[in-house]
Amino acid sequence: MRLPRLAGLILLLATPVSAKADDFAMLVGNLAGDSFAEKEKAVIALGGLGDPRAVPVLQALSDGRLSKSADGRVVISVTDGGTTKVRDAVTGDDIAGVDPDNFGRIIVNNRLRGAIEGALGALTLFSTDPAARLTAARDALRHPSAAEAALLEKAIAAEKDPEIRAAMQQSLAAARLVSGSKEERLAALRALGTTTDPQIRNLLDEFRAAPDTDPELQKAADAALTSIGDRLRLVGIAANLFQGISLGSVLLLAAIGLAITFGVMGVINMAHGEMIMLGAYTAYVCQQLFRSFLPGDWIDAYLLVSVPVAFLFAGAVGVLLERSVIRFLYGRPLETLLATWGVSLILQQAVRSIFGSPNKEVSNPSWMTGGFDPIGGFTVTWSRLYIIVFCFIVLGGLALILNRTSFGLHMRAVTQNRPMASVMGIRTARIDALTFGLGSGIAGMAGVALSQVGNVSPNLGTIYIVDSFLVVVFGGVGNLMGTLVGALSLGVVNKFLEPVAGAILGKIVVLVAIILFIQRRPRGLFALKGRTAEAEA
Amino acid sequence: MPALPGDRHKSAWSLGFWASFAACGMVLVLAVPVLNFWVPPDFPAALPDYLVPLLGKYLCYALLALSLDLIWGYAGILSLGHGAFFALGGYCMGMYLMRQIGTRGVYGNPLLPDFMVFLNWKELPWFWWGFDHFAYAAAMMVVVPGLLALVFGWLAFRSRVTGVYLSIITQAMTYALMLAFFRNDMGFGGNNGMTDYKDILGWDVHQPSTRLGLYIASVLALGLGYLLCRYITASKLGRVLLALRDAESRVRFLGYSVTNAKLFVFTLSAVLAGIAGALYVPQVGIINPSEFSPGNSIEVAIWVSVGGRGTLVGAIVGAVLVNSAKTWLTGAAPETWLFVLGALFILTTLVFPRGIVGLLWRPIRIRAQAAAPLPAGEQA
Repeated sequence: MRLPRLAGLILLLATPVSAKADDFAMLVGNLAGDSFAEKEKAVIALGGLGDPRAVPVLQALSDGRLSKSADGRVVISVTDGGTTKVRDAVTGDDIAGVDPDNFGRIIVNNRLRGAIEGALGALTLFSTDPAARLTAARDALRHPSAAEAALLEKAIAAEKDPEIRAAMQQSLAAARLVSGSKEERLAALRALGTTTDPQIRNLLDEFRAAPDTDPELQKAADAALTSIGDRLRLVGIAANLFQGISLGSVLLLAAIGLAITFGVMGVINMAHGEMIMLGAYTAYVCQQLFRSFLPGDWIDAYLLVSVPVAFLFAGAVGVLLERSVIRFLYGRPLETLLATWGVSLILQQAVRSIFGSPNKEVSNPSWMTGGFDPIGGFTVTWSRLYIIVFCFIVLGGLALILNRTSFGLHMRAVTQNRPMASVMGIRTARIDALTFGLGSGIAGMAGVALSQVGNVSPNLGTIYIVDSFLVVVFGGVGNLMGTLVGALSLGVVNKFLEPVAGAILGKIVVLVAIILFIQRRPRGLFALKGRTAEAEA
Repeated sequence: MPALPGDRHKSAWSLGFWASFAACGMVLVLAVPVLNFWVPPDFPAALPDYLVPLLGKYLCYALLALSLDLIWGYAGILSLGHGAFFALGGYCMGMYLMRQIGTRGVYGNPLLPDFMVFLNWKELPWFWWGFDHFAYAAAMMVVVPGLLALVFGWLAFRSRVTGVYLSIITQAMTYALMLAFFRNDMGFGGNNGMTDYKDILGWDVHQPSTRLGLYIASVLALGLGYLLCRYITASKLGRVLLALRDAESRVRFLGYSVTNAKLFVFTLSAVLAGIAGALYVPQVGIINPSEFSPGNSIEVAIWVSVGGRGTLVGAIVGAVLVNSAKTWLTGAAPETWLFVLGALFILTTLVFPRGIVGLLWRPIRIRAQAAAPLPAGEQA
């Protein structure tokens, strides 16, 4: 297996990369030759052509789908949905009206398979598709050898894309480590020390463990391994931190609305999760409306439209809920809890009746798909990043409303001393309804954001309700700063526990920790002090 | 105005009470077996076999509701995690029943239950030790929920976590337990739970006679539980509970140990819930982690609420009524059940805060408590 591949690669390097159509046709014709030696030569030469058309042909040959017709043409049979079609291997045109069983199948042996594999690998390194080249460059790490090194050098010379080039250089260093001279190996070790790929670490471990290694090389390998370990640790911490902040921002979004209705008004709104769910469904409806009524390239804007729509819709439902149910229950928190739980059941079932129980698909707009890799080793997705940004915008906006507008002033006045506020001419009932509407509207916007990272289903709200309450209680009731710190610390702690304890166990640990924490500080991290605290209790 | 304390104490055990209690008990214990066993099946009043475990299930729910009414109606502790104690009791019974299967499981393993064989376990985990014996399992049904309640309650009441905060952390507790029991490597059957039971104390669980026996056991448990709760609420401790429900700080300043009183009823209530769960499992034939879901526990609160909290009888009436309605509606019009349940939650809190029994008669001062807003600092 190994010898023919090496031989093939060396031969391939000797062949200039030129894609002449008649060469290609001739070589494909040679594949149907009588002797295995002839076929092998043709395979190797096809690899050397660097012509992407050779890929399906070689694939067909190794799968046993390449045949020779009676008139000497080489054909590929393609099975698609039960019917088998026959295609000319040189031109790629379909040949109609022939029975594939009449052709003589071109036979391969193991030696030939080795040659095909090598040629295919080499071809992808020179493929026109950058993604395929990148994969091939990364795959080359798996079988480092002298021939590989030579091949990679050639590919690097032709490569323009810096990312693929870097991947090729990495694989080249790995290949040199195995086969190069001592100087080359030292240089390769220095280069490999700056990477984070676990494969390379394994390779270095193997290299280090080999018994007859030069002590100088061993030292260099140790240095490279330490440096890789440090980098991996750093990347791990950065990844956990980002994911933790991302989870924290999701929790924060889900909890900000609650920080108002529960934290500021003292209303236990178990239907809060359903406000989030309504927001997510608003995003879904907006998307469907954009799809069916507006030109196709407007679809990316649906998300921007659904944020205010969701705010207004969920806010309106919130005002309705406050006017019809909650206002009769002020001062009776346990009853409020039960009544709003009933509301949440009704809202869930209503949405289930209208939209059905299966998950609805809400797709990310194109400007939110994908991501980038800041330090190598983990990817920051745009959707997560935008949600973090969005969540801070919402929090900032809310802080402005609370502290800088007359509505915010009235709201705080009513919370702190209702009779006095009423005496001063504030319409407390109206403020109550608007405050509740504000909290619900923010929950609706949170729903739009959550629709971008999770499933949209009638149960969406129940996933977040326990978490959101814990965030608010943990951070301290009636305190936006506490909610922020609470959500982010819960998110980050959760993500750092996950690799140690597993996702579910990590969550359980966090829950138990919060339960214990509430015993120590029943009023949360940032407890209110003084007279407000008395009234609050 | 309600009767004075002295009168109440006497009236709690009056002849009239015993007469009506005995009458209800006789109807429940005698009517069902007679109608099920001796009345011929084609007779209109005959009770079909499938209804017996269903009634037994309602009675278990009634005991669970009773246990919640004891702490919510009388001590003002709204636990939204009572389903956890119920499920823990059920799991203890489930473990005993699993051990009784022996070699009759699908894999026929004499040592391990089916799900452990399936997960490639080699030996029985230590916490399964002893569950082959009914006496040990029965002790665990009481000890496990009781111990959890004791530790949890001690932590919570000692640091004066009350009202809504307590409700939220009890909910977090049952949520955490649900997540834990969903894990396959916990050794409790993961998300499939435990099912496919064969027999209990040597009797086949599928036999109508065994089911009748379980039903009667449920009636007895409910009856004894009711008497115990009534005894506690009519005692001096019951007065303290009512007082701390309405004005906790005042009771504390008067020199009573609020923490101990609360801890006692909370633990007792958890034990009752555990027994209810243990009786529930052989009658429905399965226990799985969804019993821990926070929604289930909140539903218990609505049974109590519908029946009328702080009345004990109301909890029983509410549990049976709401669950009968649920059985009927989920069969007749499954779409509407959640609407009805949701409406029940809203209506009972808004329009009928005293529940059905409270509307009919008012043995305790629930009205005064519901209507008068408490002074600041003493609110729940």
